[in-house]
Amino acid sequence: MFEIFGIPSQALFGQLLLGLINGSFYALLSLGLAVIFGMLNIINFAHGAQYMMGAFAAYLLLQYLGLNYWGALVIAPLVIGAIGIVIERLFLQHLRKLDPLYGLLLTFGLALVIEGLFRNAYGSSGQPYQVPPALQGGRNLGFMFLPNYRAWVIALSVVVCFATWFAIERTRLGSYLRAATENPVLVRAFGINVPRMVALTYGFGVALAALAGVMAAPIYNVSPQMGSDLIIVVFAVVVIGGMGSIMGAVLTGFALGIVEGLTKVFYPEASNTVIFVLMAIVLLIRPAGLFGRRA
Amino acid sequence: MATALDPAANMYGRKPGRSLAVAFAVMVALFAIGPFVTYPVFLMNALCFSLFACAFNLLIGYVGLASFGHALFFGWASYVTAFTAKSWGLSPELAIVAGMAAAAVLGVVVGSLAIRRQGIYFAMITLALSQMMYFFALQAKFTGGEDGIQGVPRGRLFGMFDLSDEMTMYAFVVVVVLAGFLLIYRIINSPFGEVLKAIRENEQRAVSLGYAVDRYKLVAFVLSATLSGLAGSLKALVFQLASLTDVHWTMSGDVLLMTLLGGLGTVFGPVVGAFVVVAMQTYLAPFGQWVLVIQGAVFVICVLAFRRGIVGEIARLLRVAL
Amino acid sequence: MLVPTRLVFALAALLCGTAAASAQDLAVKIGVLNDMSGLYADIGGEGSVAAAKLAVEDFNPAAHHMKVEVISGDHRNKPDIGANIARQWFDVDHVDVIVDVPTSSVALAVNEVTREKNKVFLGSGPASSDLTGPKCSPNSIQWTYDTWMLANGTGKAVVKTGGDTWFFLTADYAFGHALERDTSAVIVKNGGKVLGHVLAPLGTSDFSSFLLQAQASKAKIIGLANAGGDTVNAIKQGAEFGIAAGGQHFAGLLVFINDVEALGLKTAQGLVLTETWYWDMTDANRAFTKRWQIASSRPGKFPSMLPAGVYSSVIHYLKAVDALRSASDGKAVVAKMKEMPTDDPLFGKGYIRADGRKIHPAYLFEVKKPEESKYPGDDYKLRATIPADEAFRPLNEGHCPLVSG
Repeated sequence: MFEIFGIPSQALFGQLLLGLINGSFYALLSLGLAVIFGMLNIINFAHGAQYMMGAFAAYLLLQYLGLNYWGALVIAPLVIGAIGIVIERLFLQHLRKLDPLYGLLLTFGLALVIEGLFRNAYGSSGQPYQVPPALQGGRNLGFMFLPNYRAWVIALSVVVCFATWFAIERTRLGSYLRAATENPVLVRAFGINVPRMVALTYGFGVALAALAGVMAAPIYNVSPQMGSDLIIVVFAVVVIGGMGSIMGAVLTGFALGIVEGLTKVFYPEASNTVIFVLMAIVLLIRPAGLFGRRA
Repeated sequence: MATALDPAANMYGRKPGRSLAVAFAVMVALFAIGPFVTYPVFLMNALCFSLFACAFNLLIGYVGLASFGHALFFGWASYVTAFTAKSWGLSPELAIVAGMAAAAVLGVVVGSLAIRRQGIYFAMITLALSQMMYFFALQAKFTGGEDGIQGVPRGRLFGMFDLSDEMTMYAFVVVVVLAGFLLIYRIINSPFGEVLKAIRENEQRAVSLGYAVDRYKLVAFVLSATLSGLAGSLKALVFQLASLTDVHWTMSGDVLLMTLLGGLGTVFGPVVGAFVVVAMQTYLAPFGQWVLVIQGAVFVICVLAFRRGIVGEIARLLRVAL
Repeated sequence: MLVPTRLVFALAALLCGTAAASAQDLAVKIGVLNDMSGLYADIGGEGSVAAAKLAVEDFNPAAHHMKVEVISGDHRNKPDIGANIARQWFDVDHVDVIVDVPTSSVALAVNEVTREKNKVFLGSGPASSDLTGPKCSPNSIQWTYDTWMLANGTGKAVVKTGGDTWFFLTADYAFGHALERDTSAVIVKNGGKVLGHVLAPLGTSDFSSFLLQAQASKAKIIGLANAGGDTVNAIKQGAEFGIAAGGQHFAGLLVFINDVEALGLKTAQGLVLTETWYWDMTDANRAFTKRWQIASSRPGKFPSMLPAGVYSSVIHYLKAVDALRSASDGKAVVAKMKEMPTDDPLFGKGYIRADGRKIHPAYLFEVKKPEESKYPGDDYKLRATIPADEAFRPLNEGHCPLVSG
């Protein structure tokens, strides 16, 4: 066993892996933000609240319908995604011709409303949610004890991120989407219902957030405020990566998870600020972000 | 309308000078009779936020830059004022200057980073940086962590006026807030302010006209930060404490709501918005859990149906500039 | 003394009947100030308001020719809002006493305002032991618990029962540092050893990295010097990483029953913690819990020690005001409260020290395994009782100006 900066290498591998798990959440959330931004040109401030709704949906489905984790993994994103579509139809579609800042303000207001309503209904101390029986326990990897559930989180988020990238960059539907972003009028002329596509895209982005929420429910405290602080970190991730590319958002998410994980070993006090410091550095060197195109 | 954030409609009026003067006189009169009608501490609180919102409006209303991190300047100035007044025993005027200086320095640092990106990126960067400074405030020794700095002495202004007297303090707050208000009005209507508005309308054109746009933006940002700091310093003296509340991102949300509700890019809007929001927070307090929901709903309504804000709508109805 | 007084109350109530609201009635206004909407709304919030009202009901003001009104406010965990409400209550609404006030920062601000206006502050909610230390005031009493007591209770009892090596998971701000410092001192004094610590930023959602470090330390006990959501997250993830299976135990330094309920017994089992009141300890507590669930419309929820402390403090306050026949001089009322021994159904007999510290026993609990729990809320088993005279910081160690000077 060798040591790096006084830290046993085994521990270091463990921390790298843990960082990757956290990165999974950053990746899923920044992916959702990037998808929505690409199509609607809106930064979805309610993303954190929708992530929280996903976690709560898992809890409520179990509590009132007896639906287990696996069911929630499918149902919750669908339900929350549908709510997202309603939000787009009711509110966001009216902002299309305005400065994108209004979208930010509106979704910020929505985030407050959602968080307030959940606090009203469920208090703030959080709800219990267990790791599904099939994924309980863990295995000893030699350098660390890896809970099965964490392994599942990494695997699932890698699959979802890749599938999303593939669907947008490599399929026909994705090419319509990208075209509609560039020139909605022209795409409409081809007989494609652009407003419906926009609504569905928003719903999909929201569903991604909800999926992350369900995945988080067994390991993080399920409470109304679970999303509001996280979303600020994800914003920083998005600024670092730039929202120009889907792959960029995903890679930055995973990478920053690892950076944060390492900080927790070498200088834990700074582990909540390290991403913001990195953001400042990236802004100095590459203002458009690592994967961004200068607008 | 070149940009949607365009409050320019508010600036057209038949005799802008006169309507503004009348409104200003009414405002001063209300401030003068206020403490005899309602609770002075409530008024001082609302006045501090009025100044904060006006300073914020300088940036969002006249340069079109939406900062989501202004709590940073407000809160850190309030910490510095509270700390210097309490631990170093500085007189109130010097403590306020110290607070403003801190806000100005932070303004230069944050501003020069944030103006490298536009629009929503600008908003996200300011939010992220202010969150970072929130964590510093939480961990730093001198801020007292979650206890904040308590029992700050108000002291004697210029060694003459005893600010622990509620009415003297009120008079001081009114004078400072009015001075800040007039300074902002002066800035907006100076040649410098005209350039800012040009940048808001069309940044590319301003660049092609040969203006050093980034430098103008930075100066506006630092001015806004410094005046926000002044408001924060005042608040620290009024409540005799500085706490994490003032550096948290919810404070940035509050000031944004005040400005939006009152009217982006109007002269009096932020003042009206600040009074409405502070009153809402005070009088809705018994409904505790619903305050958040109501504030959020007001945001949504403002954005969807009420983008001119209260003062903007009044100005439109009366066809004057306010 | 107790039984005859009750008899007299009952008789007087009968005699007075509807003539309660006569002109000579002594009017008292109680303000319950706490977090109604934020992080701590569940441990106190409306539940504390309900407890205050129950206390007034049990005191039976009419029998004492008193008229008592309870109002409430939400300080949203912000000291400026809290101080503002307190000021306005004293100046405009003629409130005589403020009770509860969780969140130390707000409590310290209210403490100052109360002293300035010469009213009374009965803190059931705040944790900071500074309130009976350097910041103590002749107008304030800290009722239910404090950080010194938590550190001492948990630290000492755990070491004595074999948990002699510790690793701290500390929230990186003043509160966490203070808890760790106080607990470490107790551990070392009782022959235990602190093997290390890690400072986790407040609001960290992922503790796995810190848990690995705790695991590597091989300490028997992982001390959680944090609160609320941080504690819940750490324990939840600890179960996932097999902390208990590996023979290590968590010791929560500030854990309420609401946190345990949020975790569920399956996750929280084996956690040791200190509280001064538990709903299922005595018949009187269970009876109170039933009434409280109805009064606060929280069926199926269980009161933490905060509402219980509010109940106890309001009862004692009203007794003192009745004895003085005046609530106007806050200092005099507090002096009277310190002079009279305390006695109520929830905390039993006790007293209030010169520094404003209410003295009663504390209890070390262990969270039950799911199979040991027989009904909802059956969460704790008692591991040790810390007698009243050992539970709180010795009077001469607090640096309270009221004591030394």
